[in-house]
Amino acid sequence: MHPRLELRNICKRYPGVIANDDVSLSIQPGEIHAVLGENGAGKSTLMKIIYGAAQADSGEIFCDGNPIAAHNPATSRALGIEMVYQHFALFESVSVVENIALSASSAFDLPSLADKIRELSLRYGMPIDPHRQVHDLSVGERQRVEIVRCLLQAPKLLILDEPTSVLTPQAVVKLFETLRQLAAEGCSIVYISHKLDEVQELCDTATVLRNGKVTGTTRPKETTSLELARMMVGSKLPEMHVSPPSPSEKPVLEVNNLSVKARDHFGVDLKDVSFNVHGGEIVGLAGVSGNGQAELIALLSGERTHHNNDAIRICGAAAACLRADERRKLGLAFVPEERLGRGAVPSHTLWENAVLTAHRFGTVRKGLVDRRRASAFAAGIIDRFKVKANGAGSTAQSLSGGNLQKFIVGREIALEPKLLLVSQPTWGVDVGASAFIRQTIVDLSRAGAAVLVVSEELDELFEICDRLLVICQGRVSPPLVRKTTDREEVGLLMTGRTMSTDQMASGSGDVALQD
Amino acid sequence: MRVAAPVLASVLTLVVGSVFFASLGHDPLPTLYAFFVEPLNSLNGLSEWLLKASPLILIACGLAAGFRANVWNIGAEGQFTMGAIAASGVGLFWPDPESVLLLPLMFVAGMGAGMAWAAIPAFLRARMNTNEILVTLMMTYIATLFLSYLVHGPWRDPAGFNYPQTALLPTAALFESFDPAYRLNPSIFITVVAVFVMWLFTDRSFLGYKMSVSGAAPLAARYAGFRESAAVWIGLLAGGAAAGIAGMAEAAGPLGQLSSQISPGYGFAAIIVAFIGRLNAFGIVLGGLLMSLLFLGGEGVQMTLGLPSALTRIFQGILLFFLLAADFFIFYRVRLVRPARDTHALETA
Repeated sequence: MHPRLELRNICKRYPGVIANDDVSLSIQPGEIHAVLGENGAGKSTLMKIIYGAAQADSGEIFCDGNPIAAHNPATSRALGIEMVYQHFALFESVSVVENIALSASSAFDLPSLADKIRELSLRYGMPIDPHRQVHDLSVGERQRVEIVRCLLQAPKLLILDEPTSVLTPQAVVKLFETLRQLAAEGCSIVYISHKLDEVQELCDTATVLRNGKVTGTTRPKETTSLELARMMVGSKLPEMHVSPPSPSEKPVLEVNNLSVKARDHFGVDLKDVSFNVHGGEIVGLAGVSGNGQAELIALLSGERTHHNNDAIRICGAAAACLRADERRKLGLAFVPEERLGRGAVPSHTLWENAVLTAHRFGTVRKGLVDRRRASAFAAGIIDRFKVKANGAGSTAQSLSGGNLQKFIVGREIALEPKLLLVSQPTWGVDVGASAFIRQTIVDLSRAGAAVLVVSEELDELFEICDRLLVICQGRVSPPLVRKTTDREEVGLLMTGRTMSTDQMASGSGDVALQD
Repeated sequence: MRVAAPVLASVLTLVVGSVFFASLGHDPLPTLYAFFVEPLNSLNGLSEWLLKASPLILIACGLAAGFRANVWNIGAEGQFTMGAIAASGVGLFWPDPESVLLLPLMFVAGMGAGMAWAAIPAFLRARMNTNEILVTLMMTYIATLFLSYLVHGPWRDPAGFNYPQTALLPTAALFESFDPAYRLNPSIFITVVAVFVMWLFTDRSFLGYKMSVSGAAPLAARYAGFRESAAVWIGLLAGGAAAGIAGMAEAAGPLGQLSSQISPGYGFAAIIVAFIGRLNAFGIVLGGLLMSLLFLGGEGVQMTLGLPSALTRIFQGILLFFLLAADFFIFYRVRLVRPARDTHALETA
């Protein structure tokens, strides 16, 4: 019997890097196959080649024993290869069925398509109402829409790119059930991830990539996570040192009864948010995305201001009316979730992007940008954070997401902030660099800075945070001490349900997670 | 590629121009020669070339400062006109017509009037988020009609046989030509300084840096705490100041008075110059020289070959059209997609 998909000796070079070097792998029908690897290991390139969005320089691809010629996404879909991207491509303002119809390559008839969607989604245990508007859906539900869109094509091979990065623990369980059912019906699944425990729980086989090469193919259920991690990282894994916190007496960041109406129909109202962050501690903000994190972080960073100046205090000074650069003067630094276009100007070089927030640190003198100093500043970050770039003169958009993230985190930490806000610190960053970034954040806090981390990854929050807050529907829970809480409690708070307190009782919760 | 587009656009403009000349019954090559080479064959021609390039380059420098921050000042023509009006007003009515301060005062008045005219759309955009493209454009017509009112009414030269023009400016209010035989005058040094200031501002200054961040990534500007309204104000005021000075230099230079036809469209042509120059100081110098040649050549063939005067504008339009098209095809890939009616059609690559 032929494998469903077979790659033989795939090579792909980009100027300056070999993205895939002699990669071979084979996937049987009904197999759940993990592709594990650090950022920049060549996973995304390989997926693009399988899906036909990029062409290999050499090597062959076989589907059910037949070589694929003239490979592009259209031929892939004709062969039954479908892909669910990490970032969804849905139109927010129209309904589920209209979204799916828009992506259909053939003529459609909305009522019958809606019936099909209802039937398919029920069969795979992820019900969605085809007539709901996409902007009303939670992230988990949006992912279902993406998956159902693929399932409508009756795929033989489904590629999922980091599908759990936006899901609560409970939603992950549901997703895995669906994937197992699909595999049992003979659909092959390629599961891209860097989360070892998920791969061990779900996948039959794992192909591990490092620097574009296959470093091994294993059965993850029979392999320890330490072994898997070693295959990914190569050398020893860096160990985290998290010493006990020594919180300062006075809080560095105070948020008092902050309430804000959403700016548009798609936003979330913040309701009476209050919390403190002290120097020397890391506070994590957990929550399913779209529950008010974006609004809260914009208010804290100064990208949005608030009429009540006392609602936010930084180092004791009322700051809610201040602009971002005025808050930075008080000692704030901020790493936003979007790197390109917000944390960095895509078309500008790295040294120019260093000036963006480091202009008070010697890179601007007498109103003129000091290019030498700015370059030296950028080169220092590139060196210290091991940013893979062609020097300080390369543009921000030429870097991979993980490398740009390292640069931005490095830049903000180099500003020696008293208060650091970090949104998704290690999103898309490889295992080695993630550990480094987390360690740097921990060291910064132990040196006396106050740190607020917003993340959708509970593992990360549990690893580095001293206290945890949970945001759901624009309300923030009272703080939980990390050592006395657990994932289940946080997970329930994320869905708007509580174990003990009735703080969140009024929130209706994330519908996607309740069934 | 950013350099290739203007070159390609210029070549295509010449090709289409040739076809155009041929269709009018003129042999293309001699006509092109008459259009683009003959004007520069004499010392007078070179003087005229620089004289006309100077305001174009000056205005384009000011406009480009705003364009880099996505602040679209389309009304330089109006700011130019207001600058000329204010400067001429000072020149005509200052109590001491022999004062050595007259010219500097006119300079300040021209610049101030251009900035004031640009400040109105800046205020409206910064405070009420009105569209500065529409407001600056519409204010151009107000300025032109205001000029028309002045030269037909209160400021008309009583000894001017009812021509719509003011009296001649006193000598102290004029830039003296380098050589009485030619019209080129020292106001060209203002343009030289402006080019340098523009380069310093956009390439070296922190303020210029902030403006380019606002233009390239507005969210990053907000992230860094750069004021959006500052970019709007600086962008519009720089354009207004440059255009106002150019208007002053035109009134105090080749014209020597105010008339209802103060500008042959410098304010609009400068927009094209800024784009051909890729919003870069030295590119703008080249763009200004090219555009000035179009003005000269247009006048030349109008006189020698009897071709229509609209030719200059047509060439300007063709040039801008090809430049935008070349940019489009360089930065985007065009893909044909078959209609969804065909049930077997997949996306065509």
